[in-house]
Amino acid sequence: MTTHALADTRTLTGRSLRHILRSPDTIITTAVTPIALMLIFVYVFGGAINTGTGDSYINYMLPGILLITVASGIAYTAYRLFLDMQGGIFERFQSMPIARSSVLWGHVLTSLISNLVSVAIVIAVAFAMGFRTGASFGAWLAVAGIMTLFTLALTWLAVIAGLSAKTVDGASAFSYPLIFLPFISSAFVPTDTMPGPVAWFAENQPVTSIVNSIRALFAEQPVGDDIWIALAWLVGIFVAAYAFAVAAYRRRIS
Amino acid sequence: MTTDQARGPEIRVQGVRKSFGELQVLRGVDFDVAAGSIFALLGSNGAGKTTLVKILSTLLKADEGTATVHGFDVAATPGDVRESISLTGQFAAVDEVLTGRENLVLVARLRHMKDPGAVADELLARFSLTEAGGRRAGTYSGGMRRRLDISMSLIGDPPIIFLDEPTTGLDPQARVEVWETVKKLAQGGTTVLLTTQYLDEAEQLADRIAILHEGTIIQNGTLAELKQLLPPAKVEYVEKQPSLEDVFLSLVGATGIEKESR
Repeated sequence: MTTHALADTRTLTGRSLRHILRSPDTIITTAVTPIALMLIFVYVFGGAINTGTGDSYINYMLPGILLITVASGIAYTAYRLFLDMQGGIFERFQSMPIARSSVLWGHVLTSLISNLVSVAIVIAVAFAMGFRTGASFGAWLAVAGIMTLFTLALTWLAVIAGLSAKTVDGASAFSYPLIFLPFISSAFVPTDTMPGPVAWFAENQPVTSIVNSIRALFAEQPVGDDIWIALAWLVGIFVAAYAFAVAAYRRRIS
Repeated sequence: MTTDQARGPEIRVQGVRKSFGELQVLRGVDFDVAAGSIFALLGSNGAGKTTLVKILSTLLKADEGTATVHGFDVAATPGDVRESISLTGQFAAVDEVLTGRENLVLVARLRHMKDPGAVADELLARFSLTEAGGRRAGTYSGGMRRRLDISMSLIGDPPIIFLDEPTTGLDPQARVEVWETVKKLAQGGTTVLLTTQYLDEAEQLADRIAILHEGTIIQNGTLAELKQLLPPAKVEYVEKQPSLEDVFLSLVGATGIEKESR
């Protein structure tokens, strides 16, 4: 059966990608909120924010905006998975001789592709708004790698939500805290001005190390220890979310 | 690979029990289904029909008892069972965003057919859906959806098909259409296990009928055998009135089924 796993995953990824192509609004809406935030932060708040780096504010805040883009985009994965289980199609797949994991991987790979498209749109808008970087091809590749890992980790969280939700609203509500996490980090303002406990949280939560790593890559500066802390967080979340998602899936199908 | 299954029954259910928490849904179910026959599980809502079908199609595990399908134990070798069956669940399991044809191609790919497109076109023609094949399944009427659903189940010619309440919610023409399909399947040698709450459906289709009531089979036999359970028929003279269904179908005509797909 494992010999079919790749073919089945490709077939099911094609299916859910087609869903997205038929409702491209899901990619647009995923990109619109972060773009609006970017406009507000750059043209309204930005002038009053002193990041202490001397760099333009859009260069400072783009990494955080990219994370928000993915955090809001993964809600659609939970939503689609939930709808599959509500209708009979999930049971049809489960009663067929296919690799069962491919049902989940199809949704996960679709999430990866659609979120990276949304991220690309946001970066294009950022360039139009004055974002500049002299990052090398290698640095861009590293940013793409971090975003891929971030999307996969969060998507598996979305799979848990989609599998265990009781209502459509519940399936997507889990993403709100994830969207807000970047606000309590170094994404929009330096953490030094925050009061003690908040600053402690901000400095030790995953978003700060991820944002700092991407920012350093774009600014052609050494990434330091941040990249290792970021990778540890990302791999840790990925592995834990994957394990919980698979356990939730087993419970669901047995 | 499994041609030597002919000697035993195609489906054998022995002492199957299933509870959800405190609620005992199945309390020891036993029956056999012969190869190539149509077997109807008759029961009211909540009798446990769907639960039984889910156990036989490897979606649920029984608490106790054994069930074999096409010679394979559903608990021990679910993969082999899935190779041998197709399930048409209670709610039409079609992808509403995809077109009818794309739905068929999807299932044909997942069944690793050589030419998914040809399989899809052949089934669209067989179920009078060729013209609707390019439209999203979400726009189909109830009868068309059901036809698409059943045609998806036929891909790969599985020897056994489970139909869970195949005509619930369908209009009379669509029901007749589904009945014709089921009869043709059985003529082609497919074993059909269907659940229904409609007495006339069981009477029309089934070679054997088992009545599932409160989690056990209370009767199991051919229609003639079941009828013998009551006192012998008395001869009475009653004016033969057409049923409303006869009237409706003769007024609308059987062609209504064909028109529907336009």
